[in-house]
Amino acid sequence: MTDAVKPNVETTLVNLTIDNVPVSVPKGTLVVDAAKRIGIDIPVFCYHPKLEPVGMCRMCLVDIGLPAVNRETGKVETDKQGRPVINFGRALQTGCTVEVAEGMVVVGYTEKVQKARQDVLEFLLTSHPLDCPICDKGGECPLQNLTMAHGRSDSRFIFDEKIKLAKHVPLGEMIFLDRERCIQCARCTRFQDEIADDPVIGFEARGRSLQIVTYSEPGFDSIWSGNTTDICPVGALTTTDFRFGARPWELQASASLCTHCPVGCNTTLNTRREAKAGGEMVVKRVMPRQNEEVNEIWLCDKGRFAHHYAAKDDGRLTGPLVRRDGKLVAATWEKALALVAEKFEGAGKGLVTLAGGKLTNEDLYNLAGLAKARGGKALLDSRMAGGDLTAQVGLSTGSNLADLGKGDAALVVACDLEEEAPLWWLRVKQAAERGATVIVANPRRTKLERHAAFTLRYEYGHEAALVTALVGSFSPKRADLPAAVQALIRDKDVKDAGQAIAGAKDLIVFYGSEGTGLAESAALARACANLLIGTGHIGRPNNGLVAVWDKANAQGGWDMGLRPSADLAADLGAAKAAYIVAADPAGDSPALAEAVKAAGFVVVQDIRLSATAELADVVLPAAAFTERDGTFTSGERRVQRLHPAVPAYAGLRGDFAVTAQIAARLGVAQEKRLATGVFNQIAASVPAYAGLTSAALSEVREQWPVIGRGDVYYGGTTYDNKQGLGVQLPVSGDSPALTFEQPAEPAKFKGLKAVPVTRLYDRGTTVTPSAVLHPRLPGAFIALSVEDADKMKIEPGQKVQATLNGVTVEVEAHIDNSLAQGVVLAPRSFGLAIEGPCEITVKK
Amino acid sequence: MANVIGSIAALMNGMWTVLKQGLEGPVTVQYPEVKRPVHRRFKGRHFLRRYENGLERCIGCSLCAAACPADAIFVEASENTDDKRYSPGERYASTYEINMLRCIFCGYCEDACPTQAIVLGDNYEMSFTDRSQAIYTREMLLDPAAPDARPTPQKVAPGSFDRSIPDMKDPD
Ligand code: SF4
Ligand code: SF4
Ligand code: SF4
Ligand code: SF4
Ligand code: FES
Repeated sequence: MTDAVKPNVETTLVNLTIDNVPVSVPKGTLVVDAAKRIGIDIPVFCYHPKLEPVGMCRMCLVDIGLPAVNRETGKVETDKQGRPVINFGRALQTGCTVEVAEGMVVVGYTEKVQKARQDVLEFLLTSHPLDCPICDKGGECPLQNLTMAHGRSDSRFIFDEKIKLAKHVPLGEMIFLDRERCIQCARCTRFQDEIADDPVIGFEARGRSLQIVTYSEPGFDSIWSGNTTDICPVGALTTTDFRFGARPWELQASASLCTHCPVGCNTTLNTRREAKAGGEMVVKRVMPRQNEEVNEIWLCDKGRFAHHYAAKDDGRLTGPLVRRDGKLVAATWEKALALVAEKFEGAGKGLVTLAGGKLTNEDLYNLAGLAKARGGKALLDSRMAGGDLTAQVGLSTGSNLADLGKGDAALVVACDLEEEAPLWWLRVKQAAERGATVIVANPRRTKLERHAAFTLRYEYGHEAALVTALVGSFSPKRADLPAAVQALIRDKDVKDAGQAIAGAKDLIVFYGSEGTGLAESAALARACANLLIGTGHIGRPNNGLVAVWDKANAQGGWDMGLRPSADLAADLGAAKAAYIVAADPAGDSPALAEAVKAAGFVVVQDIRLSATAELADVVLPAAAFTERDGTFTSGERRVQRLHPAVPAYAGLRGDFAVTAQIAARLGVAQEKRLATGVFNQIAASVPAYAGLTSAALSEVREQWPVIGRGDVYYGGTTYDNKQGLGVQLPVSGDSPALTFEQPAEPAKFKGLKAVPVTRLYDRGTTVTPSAVLHPRLPGAFIALSVEDADKMKIEPGQKVQATLNGVTVEVEAHIDNSLAQGVVLAPRSFGLAIEGPCEITVKK
Repeated sequence: MANVIGSIAALMNGMWTVLKQGLEGPVTVQYPEVKRPVHRRFKGRHFLRRYENGLERCIGCSLCAAACPADAIFVEASENTDDKRYSPGERYASTYEINMLRCIFCGYCEDACPTQAIVLGDNYEMSFTDRSQAIYTREMLLDPAAPDARPTPQKVAPGSFDRSIPDMKDPD
């Protein structure tokens, strides 16, 4: 992206004429972009509005003229009619590399230009295969479209001289390369270098032998790989997930959201009725849907490929199950619901509802409503705190990470941003590239550090202390702060970073869950809020606190009144009746499995039979997110809507409807038909959501760059957003008082200390059903410091026995040389019994 | 008088026509025992053709379905492997159905097909007692493999059929 089109750069306008149409665009705009802004198509292949121009393919050749300037007077010369004299160059120029200039005249319709386009296409097609009929890109292929629009009907090249190349090259397990189709535009390699910062693919050799190769092991080792298939202007790159799945014109498109992380990427689900699926409508591929304030035109590979958990396969629950003689057997809805209602009635205030963070706001609202009406507990299945603080000092309406630039700062603390919320990593990285000061505070190395102005290390457990030290670095000395904080304040980097934060125009603080349990997370969130309040970075757009939630809709959960439990095992164990929806505590941790077993009467509502469901007394099925209407609230507190893409499997209904049916039997009236009905209730009763309407969520604005179906040659196959950009909630405005809570000393353990970390590709229930990702899912592992590994003589990759909270699992040992001695990383959702920092023993 | 002669002539003419017709053979045939040959460009029920080696010509590209004005064709593709090869190249039609009740026998599918896989033949004998019988599946449409060719799927030497569409020649 050139500076000129960045939203927050003050710009001067330049006037020029393109194909006789006068246009004013910001200085620095490229000719192709200027044309696009007024709806004139200058064909491009290698240029992409999100990438730096390279001028490699010559497709964008146009005739460019500049006003003749008299050397003596310095004035523009005019002809007899008083019109400026325009000097055209002898050669055509590439519109993708030339910036606009005052008085410039661009011509694209002359025979000279048309001829050049024909020639470039003829050349590109010298060895192009006759693949359109079987090519996944066929139908949405820039080369196909531009050839139809600008190409010749014949070729002067000899068919016998066509070179034949490999057509089935796995670049990695997820992306296939067809070497014959590649037109060597380098969009894919430049995307990986410039945007993803994973330079794992590149060009090898020269001339006609030039080809794309992967340098990484495993091949194309990047969580961004799917995006290259969107922007590749031909069908050279295809995904394993979709290969030959359908022709693009046969697909239907529905607006949806990614449910894997708190970013809330906008997606389009492409669906088709399939014989292989027994005539069901199925999701064939997940495509990004443009939202320049959220995911731009990108998606991470988890969002793109891990959608199969919602597929209509044998693993899905289709009807209620009730435990009879120790076995779960099928039952009618009537019977199952009556039984559930009877037991909930009997449980009275002993009802505990536990809701997963991938539920919609509507589900969470009804669940919380039921729990409250019965005097029970409404718990959120999350190990992070601070949702109340984000509602007070979170991002305000009108925030956009793309607005962060020079003079602004972003602090990312206790978070491996690329693993926890990939798109935010990308956006924060871009902020750094625009000149924002990015401060990364994490006990070990993370990828974002490459773009950080300050990298702060602290000891696991000292996250809140570190943030408090940042506050301390610019505020009066306080002797009562703990020694750890005092020591951190004296650190030069902390001091400098603190100054940068205090002086920043806009400041956004991201806190994650690296190494934290609920207690640590609460302290950290509080400290981050203090920092923002202390520096006055609240209540304005592009300022505030962002929780990098462990669940996609955790913010919605907090807003609907659910809270994480301080001691989930105790709460579940003591429940007279437990209503567990879209959560799998037993699968997450063996300790919680015991608690579920101890609970009085357990109802599990989910789309698949989870480990928790296996222990349940009643299992109720629900519709998957692909089959549902509803809203999510992202970590940036943007409320967005998802629409049903396929009919509900076996006539199943959304979670809110199932809950409402139970509630009705207990005399609690809840909306059970339409998700929008519940949404209206939310808008009427949850203060932050006051006045929200479905119509407001569906509003769209003009977005740049222009992306859409007719423009595939320009921006790629990302869908344009016709279904809504969402609404960012206002912050409550009542800023909590600045209270310096003493950060607690981290728990000390005799032996090694295990800390939980989040990996994008984990082995959770929403990931493992997607076979396409399996080659990339690591097995259970732990990461040791170099010193500890040496001491125990453990080699990288070696199998070891790790015991956490009394549960032993065999894991692979990794070694992380940025890790401090005595600390072991234990990833979440890999079957390790870890919720917060705890002791671990590692045996060979 | 002339009137009478004229009338008789007309009568004789009519009798002659009747007599001539009576002496000509019948125009009807004893269908179904006897079948009338159809026109060279007659468009009847479709066939999916094979190459001489037995591989299916259809590559599952769905262009016939896209061309069909009656939306009568449904194609679903899958990927070939050298161990289980149905057609040359990477893609084949794992599902191919034509709804003969919708088909208007226009032949556009035939025109659209890049491999000349789908052709309309001379068979017009299609009658159904049930709507579902009108769905002609891939198995019903496929020509049987020639006696000296192998049926599909075939196990072939790796890399021997990597192109979906026969190579073009230089135009003269
Ligand atoms: S890349 Fe485009 S032009 Fe080339 S075979 Fe595929 S659809 Fe046809
Ligand atoms: S694979 Fe696609 S994006 Fe990459 S260089 Fe080739 S044509 Fe361009
Ligand atoms: S003959 Fe015409 S109507 Fe019948 S299947 Fe082919 S394209 Fe469709
Ligand atoms: S019959 Fe021809 S046009 Fe139809 S799917 Fe097969 S190859 Fe394509
Ligand atoms: S040279 Fe301008 S688009 Fe490739």
